[in-house]
Amino acid sequence: MKIDWAALASVFGVSLVVTVALVGLFTLGIIGLSKQAATATAGSAGSFALARAGAYLCFGLCAAAVTYGIYLIVV
Amino acid sequence: MEHITLLLAIVIVTALVFDFTNGFHDTANAMATTISTGALKPKTAVAMSAVLNLIGAFLSVEVAKTISGGIVNEDGLRTEVIFAALVGAILWNLLTWLVGLPSSSSHALFGGLIGAAVMSAGWSSIDGGTVVTKVLLPAIAAPLVAGLAALLATRLTYRINRKVTDEGQLKSTAKGYRAGQIASAGLVSLAHGTNDAQKTMGIITLALVTGGVLAPGSNPPVWVIVSAGVAIALGTYLGGWRIIRTMGSGLTELRPPQGFAAQTSAATVILASSHLGFSLSTTQSCSGAVMGAGLGRKGGVVRWSTATRMFIAWGLTLPAAGLVGAGAELLTKQGSWGVAVVAVLLVAGSGAIWLLSRRKPVDHTNVMDTQEAEPAGVVTMAMAAVTPPPTGTAVMEFESTIPAPAGTTADPARPATV
Repeated sequence: MKIDWAALASVFGVSLVVTVALVGLFTLGIIGLSKQAATATAGSAGSFALARAGAYLCFGLCAAAVTYGIYLIVV
Repeated sequence: MEHITLLLAIVIVTALVFDFTNGFHDTANAMATTISTGALKPKTAVAMSAVLNLIGAFLSVEVAKTISGGIVNEDGLRTEVIFAALVGAILWNLLTWLVGLPSSSSHALFGGLIGAAVMSAGWSSIDGGTVVTKVLLPAIAAPLVAGLAALLATRLTYRINRKVTDEGQLKSTAKGYRAGQIASAGLVSLAHGTNDAQKTMGIITLALVTGGVLAPGSNPPVWVIVSAGVAIALGTYLGGWRIIRTMGSGLTELRPPQGFAAQTSAATVILASSHLGFSLSTTQSCSGAVMGAGLGRKGGVVRWSTATRMFIAWGLTLPAAGLVGAGAELLTKQGSWGVAVVAVLLVAGSGAIWLLSRRKPVDHTNVMDTQEAEPAGVVTMAMAAVTPPPTGTAVMEFESTIPAPAGTTADPARPATV
């Protein structure tokens, strides 16, 4: 019986890092967008274009991860 | 197709039935949290999952070369043994569905195969070490990995989110979480279609090779790919509502951020594990992720009684499916009449479980009524179903103490015929 501890450890590490990173990014993204929605009504302009760009960047990274996931399923 | 014998035809049909049960057993993995957080309506969720399962079945051509991945020595495996293994796996899948517990369909198949192979060729046909590394260890690792990832992700998302108090902003983030959750659930469905439909294709191909219809090492014919994909998609669309209820709201109560964290963790673990060469069960990863997300929120509670019953079911999967597989193989060994008897028993057993399920139907309309799900009724039914001999009386008692809810389709005249 040979247990592949290295594979198990890498599954553990990769899953942990990727999940936390993705959830963190996505959360930042939706908060960035929601700030914009909340303050647009209040009327203050300025750095919200930045928040918005940041949000889209976060979503872009998440989309890239999903694309890579689909690539893994197909290949 | 003219060379397909009756036995081979029976095995192919049984394999497709297993594929179908696999579909409705595992809908919960992708869609339970999506339904319970309200990201998708129940019917929409299962329809989406079914379509993605079907697409997944066609996505990859790398069909599983072995059924068991080395657990059972598959050289010279007779067609009857495959049949017996499938019978064990199907009955275990149906039984766990009846009591609403998520359990791994692959492990059920492994169990049936182990039982049937031992009965057919003795203990030497089993590689005990592989059983430990491919079944027992992953069963412990999967919920831990997925659970820890989901727990940390839930903590993180609540921490980032803690300053958000504005009403409109909260609404907007909840919407975002739901969208993210749907994406993760879609990935899980796709991966499930690819992995599990291919397992069935592998079984049918192996049976065709064993029966001498196909040359060894040949790819599955198109009709095998299509029928396996359609069977798993139909099963998924039917929806294993009982298991969806347990996973979506029975184990813990999930809010959109938690559902998103859980589903993302499950998708990541499934893809990472199949890519990095340490396969983890989809069902066990998803259950673990749901519990982790439940623990990650402040004030979140995991219902350990439900979780414990689920763990017990996981532990029983191999031996129970194995025993049925062994029993079935004992009968099929006797010749054609034995195969016929097993086929009849399979139909009768499945029918009986279906009839039992009609006494307290769960479908898309009542899948999230938790108050109906949790009380002693589930335990009573679990006990009744797990101990076969007194089933009739136990269920009778159960029925007489708890009146059937109004509007169910349970037919009071039926029970006498069971």
